[in-house]
Amino acid sequence: MHSQIKSSKGEMKEIRFSEATMVKVREIIARYPEGRHKSALIPVLHLAQAEFDGWLSPEVMQYVAEILSIQAIEVFEVASFYSMFNLQPRGKCLIEVCRTSSCWLNGAYDIISYIEKKLNIKVGETTPDGKYTLKAVECLGSCGTAPMLQVGDQYHENLTFEKVDELLENYQQGEKMSNYC
Amino acid sequence: MKEGKKILLEHIDVPGIEKIETFRACGGYQSVEKALTSMTEAEVVHEVITSGLRGRGGAGFQTGTKWNFLAKPEGVPRYLVCNADESEPGTFKDRYLMEKIPHLLIEGMIVSSYALGVNKAYIYIRGEYFYLYKILEKAIEEAYKAGWLGQNILNTKYNLDLYMHIGAGAYICGEETALLESLEGKRGNPRIKPPFPAVAGLYGCPTVVNNVETIAAVPYIVNHGGENYASFGTEKSTGTKLISASGHINKPGVYEIELGLPVEEFIYSDSYCGGIRNGNELKAVVAGGSSVPILPKHLILQTPDGQPRLMSYESLSEGGFAAGTMLGSGGFIVMDETASIVMNLHTFARFYHHESCGQCSPCREGTGWMEKILHKILDGHGTLADIDLLWDIQSKIEGKTICALGDAAAWPVASAIRHFRSEFEAYIKDPMAINKISHYNEKYKIAGTAI
Ligand SMILES: Cc1cc2nc3c(=O)[nH]c(=O)nc-3n(C[C@H](O)[C@H](O)[C@H](O)COP(=O)(O)O)c2cc1C
Ligand code: SF4
Ligand code: FES
Repeated sequence: MHSQIKSSKGEMKEIRFSEATMVKVREIIARYPEGRHKSALIPVLHLAQAEFDGWLSPEVMQYVAEILSIQAIEVFEVASFYSMFNLQPRGKCLIEVCRTSSCWLNGAYDIISYIEKKLNIKVGETTPDGKYTLKAVECLGSCGTAPMLQVGDQYHENLTFEKVDELLENYQQGEKMSNYC
Repeated sequence: MKEGKKILLEHIDVPGIEKIETFRACGGYQSVEKALTSMTEAEVVHEVITSGLRGRGGAGFQTGTKWNFLAKPEGVPRYLVCNADESEPGTFKDRYLMEKIPHLLIEGMIVSSYALGVNKAYIYIRGEYFYLYKILEKAIEEAYKAGWLGQNILNTKYNLDLYMHIGAGAYICGEETALLESLEGKRGNPRIKPPFPAVAGLYGCPTVVNNVETIAAVPYIVNHGGENYASFGTEKSTGTKLISASGHINKPGVYEIELGLPVEEFIYSDSYCGGIRNGNELKAVVAGGSSVPILPKHLILQTPDGQPRLMSYESLSEGGFAAGTMLGSGGFIVMDETASIVMNLHTFARFYHHESCGQCSPCREGTGWMEKILHKILDGHGTLADIDLLWDIQSKIEGKTICALGDAAAWPVASAIRHFRSEFEAYIKDPMAINKISHYNEKYKIAGTAI
């Protein structure tokens, strides 16, 4: 019996990849030489995050360790190193605003303050209704179209306050939980 | 005005160039045909040496020389890994290339793998570029279907498998040994060198790591010969380079320039950056990504001996660290008179602190300390002694760490103080100066939390 986690809708959900995801997992493992299946860890953690509510609980990490026949500590080591892995639950819509030089030069801090005011949360926080989490991140390779933010795999560039209004509206339903893998 | 040579972006505007048929119709995959059917592996390497191509990932190391270093013990697999981690602030050229013309990278991976005797190659792409991962996966699938990848390519008995590998948000994984650790499913901790990847890289096997743009230049070199490539650019900086231009310019974007173009022309010509926005004055430029020294206007436009500064490895570094900089990754960040050097430096210091892997004390502690001091200055609590302290800390990081992230964190601080010391002093004396800088909208001032 696999362990369970509480889903965003509040019901208990068994931690087990869907058959479709397992096909992807096997396909990813096959990319690496015999005995090097640990190489699949990061891609598989992306899949896990996408499938289990956008974050990696200890139970989910344990599950990934079992699938790749490695120790749970090896999974935790990696999950805690990379900034795209969330070790805490987060809002349905994760807004990541770049704040590095080129974006800063083009008003990224103003965009961040604007979103903070609009959602009434600070950077790093989640709205009480669980809809949005706001994060400030470092350069996302979009410096020529600054300021920018990312939601899921979508880049939103050349931001203005109007564009921010629009996209917050569009993401209200939170269907952009995670788009990785 | 004469348009510079286009080698990488020649077909970028052809509609449908991201599809294999269109790419092929524009001469795509010719280099694979040529190399596999009429050249030995050594001949391909020789052309790359002759071309003078230098690595486009930042360090500018001769690609041919690096390929020559690859150890070839019997019975041990070799690997080619493409570095598509592109996380250096100010750099977005690899993204542009992969999005617009993905098959050029794949073609380059195939000829390069052939030259190196590689049968398994990987493209390591940063996690945030997931949409590009999908574009490249699709292009790789097309290339397999068309027989450019897989077993017995062009009936030559040459086999190659090419795979995508996705990262998960860590600048340090752009450093090649950290990248290899990450590809092995571990934390991105850079390795102590030697051994170099050419001897013990991925899974302990001989490995070449090259940047996207470097690999994408190889098809042209194979098709037209190394000498032809070397006829463009300057003697020490051959060929063309993609420059990611951003900041306070009229036309930000990715430009392919022939190396040796005057910096002044690059900034002011309508073919490139189109001048400074709002008709403002140029103040400073970070010419090669966040890691390289920042230069004030008079030093970026001219070398210390009054010659026009050129966009080339050697011209940008003229004057050494006292008065020069580096071409680096080609992340060209332009600041006009409204930009605060101190605040900009704070964004870099925070960046390096955030991205330090933590293995070396000077880097782990030093980057955090520098960020704190800069934060304190921005908050209005700085003292003049803090400037000397910053100087002291950066000098104790540089050259004393496992990987070059330490240097990358030190150089921006050193150069900002060297060239803009008076601005630091002014800030410390009048902390409210920060609010005099105009931003996107006057209504929303700098947010404390954002800092
Ligand atoms: C901290 C750090 C980050 C780096 N990031 C990148 C990167 O994002 N992309 C890249 O191609 N090279 C990066 N490099 C350089 C690589 O270590 C390596 O030199 C390069 O990939 C080699 O390819 P090239 O010879 O084709 O330039 C980085 C180096 C350091 C020290
Ligand atoms: S210099 Fe910094 S990033 Fe590089 S290995 Fe040392 S601690 Fe890690
Ligand atoms: S600085 Fe924001 S995307 Fe590069």
